[in-house]
Amino acid sequence: MVTVKLHNFLSGKKDAIINKWYEGVLKTYPAEAARFLREEKDRFANPVGYALYEGMKGIYEELLRGLEPDRVDPWLDRIIRIQAVQEFRPSQAVAFVFLLKQVVREELAAAAAERELPWGELLEFEARVDELAGLAFDGYMKCREELFAIRIKEIKNRTSRLLQRANLGVTIFE
Amino acid sequence: MASLPKPEELVKIDYNPPRRGWMDNPVEFRRGTWLYAAKPRHLEALGLPNPREWSPEEEDWKLPPEWREIVLEGFKERLERFRSLKLFMDICSRCGACADKCHFFIGTGDPRNMPVLRAELLRSIYRRYFTLSGRMTGKLVGARDLTEEVIKEWFYYFYQCTECRRCSLFCPFGIDTAEITMMGRELLGLLGIYPDWIIAPVANCYRVGNHVGIEPHAFRDMVDFCVDEIENVTGIRVEPTFNRKGAEILFIAPSGDVFADPGIYTFMGYLMLFHEIGLDYTLSTYASEGGNFGLFTSHEVMKRLNAKMYDEARRLGVKWILGGECGHMWRVIHQYMDTMNGPADSLEEPVSPLTGTKFENARSTKMVHICEFTADLIRHGKIQLDPSRNDVFKVTFHDSCNPARAMGFFEEPRYILRKVCNRFYEMPENTIREQTFCCGSGGGLNADENMEMRMRGGFPRANAVGYVREKYGVNLLACICAIDRAVLPALMDYWVPGVGVAGLHELVGNALVMKGEAERTTTLRGEPLKGSGDDENT
Ligand code: SF4
Ligand code: SF4
Repeated sequence: MVTVKLHNFLSGKKDAIINKWYEGVLKTYPAEAARFLREEKDRFANPVGYALYEGMKGIYEELLRGLEPDRVDPWLDRIIRIQAVQEFRPSQAVAFVFLLKQVVREELAAAAAERELPWGELLEFEARVDELAGLAFDGYMKCREELFAIRIKEIKNRTSRLLQRANLGVTIFE
Repeated sequence: MASLPKPEELVKIDYNPPRRGWMDNPVEFRRGTWLYAAKPRHLEALGLPNPREWSPEEEDWKLPPEWREIVLEGFKERLERFRSLKLFMDICSRCGACADKCHFFIGTGDPRNMPVLRAELLRSIYRRYFTLSGRMTGKLVGARDLTEEVIKEWFYYFYQCTECRRCSLFCPFGIDTAEITMMGRELLGLLGIYPDWIIAPVANCYRVGNHVGIEPHAFRDMVDFCVDEIENVTGIRVEPTFNRKGAEILFIAPSGDVFADPGIYTFMGYLMLFHEIGLDYTLSTYASEGGNFGLFTSHEVMKRLNAKMYDEARRLGVKWILGGECGHMWRVIHQYMDTMNGPADSLEEPVSPLTGTKFENARSTKMVHICEFTADLIRHGKIQLDPSRNDVFKVTFHDSCNPARAMGFFEEPRYILRKVCNRFYEMPENTIREQTFCCGSGGGLNADENMEMRMRGGFPRANAVGYVREKYGVNLLACICAIDRAVLPALMDYWVPGVGVAGLHELVGNALVMKGEAERTTTLRGEPLKGSGDDENT
């Protein structure tokens, strides 16, 4: 019985898999937003849709090449940075990564038909996806921490001269 | 394979948000997305209704017992008073042209941030109580009862609109959702529902003259800091005057330029320019605020705060007023001042003392935008500029919503930019000029407790900056609005790190060749000029 070569399969089916994965992510948004994210093709009019799609494409390519954190992080960041400030719980913000497993399984099952599934390779691939989820969570935390630091910096900047003046021993705060 | 739990089951994501109509979905007040409630003492200071301690997170908003009547009565009154409101309530054809034009919809994906649905928050109540069909058939025609949930929803979404007016640009009927938001906020105000971030500056401004409540002597100190720093960089001591009667011109800047980073560098630029051309001007410690958070509160409050500028101009006996780089201050001046407090007959039609140019557009308001003033100086060759002093920067320009959309102010800042720096790159067409994307923090949303929401709303703007950073190595975002100067650094730090933010007159200050100045080795921020240090930043 012939075995499907997973890597070849993932490369060959790249567009279909990414599109399906993207559709899955769009479903986490309200229907009206999903429609907009899907249909508006101008990257400036629809920066979220563009970033999500480009990010997912980049991540997928990196998965095919093996998983180098340095290379995959910028792609992950495109997505996570958005979801870290949107209406998602942390678990939801990184969940898009796991969705990929499901898409790949489904596609694989459909394509394999009578042939043997490449179980070994698949497990390896899924382990890599799990690793990716870990990186996504790191990225999520990084974004949240940045957000808090930025908030503090802004509070200081807002009255930088007053603070400077206060240091001279003059108290003007109530 | 089918027996494996699906990933979405594992993480229990609800992929299908409730299928109920948007009108039946109560708002969830998640931290990071909304503004803190106004403190009772600020409402008291302004004589506003229902001062009390409360929080949007709590179930009980402590509304007055007859709150429904108050809102409906207020609504009725405003429908009669503002024809535009009545019109906007009636004529929307729900064509959807505005739907995806709001940066908050784009950044949040929340349908209620579609301008058409934001307006519907108010319209549904209008239909229910002020139209026959709504009274008879209710939901069928998109009408609904006024409940406390609706009030909460108003608070959530009318303070998720920066009143930027981008949506109105795309509406075939010219429906201005910003005006609808303003009405919604006014109605909330009748119940004492205000954000502290807006009402505290209003109270301070009313009491002391500026948003932060800086007393006159502190205000002077802060200006003196700038004077010292200018001397450090240029060797020249500029000498601004305060409350000087008989000066020709009263200069009013947003107070953020006096005490906030990076606004102070813009303020230094103003002072240097005035010194260099020998302008007969004075600053006022009484009208020490150009900004007018009244715009975000109610027509009455806006009028009260705006009147201060004229009162002070009259008291000092100046001929006209020159205004600094502010956003909403200009919206107020351009769209409301003349009918609210004008015409300013005690002042004279502004004429540039250097070039003789008559600012005819300011014939009635008697107030000139500093960019017009400076552009006119440059055009007449009245100042000498060395743009290479800004060579450390690759600059792009953010059209602030108010000067851009409310005033049609596109060319003057660009004209100046091209004269004061050598490397200027535009962002994509559909993100600038009248189509400019809001900073996401205007309209009184520039607090810090709602930082998450600001990041969502500012994303379309940041995304376009990111593009020119990738393409040209842009490292500086110039703007002509004090709120922008305050909020864009945070937006850049999160989305496009490495891009700084500066007011236009900071760049003017850098480039301005002053008589008798020492050789410049640094920018106004004390950073080495290109060539005198490491300049490799993209
Ligand atoms: S005015 Fe601006 S923030 Fe408000 S709905 Fe329109 S586009 Fe959105
Ligand atoms: S563009 Fe104008 S008419 Fe069309 S839905 Fe929006 S507000 Fe209504």
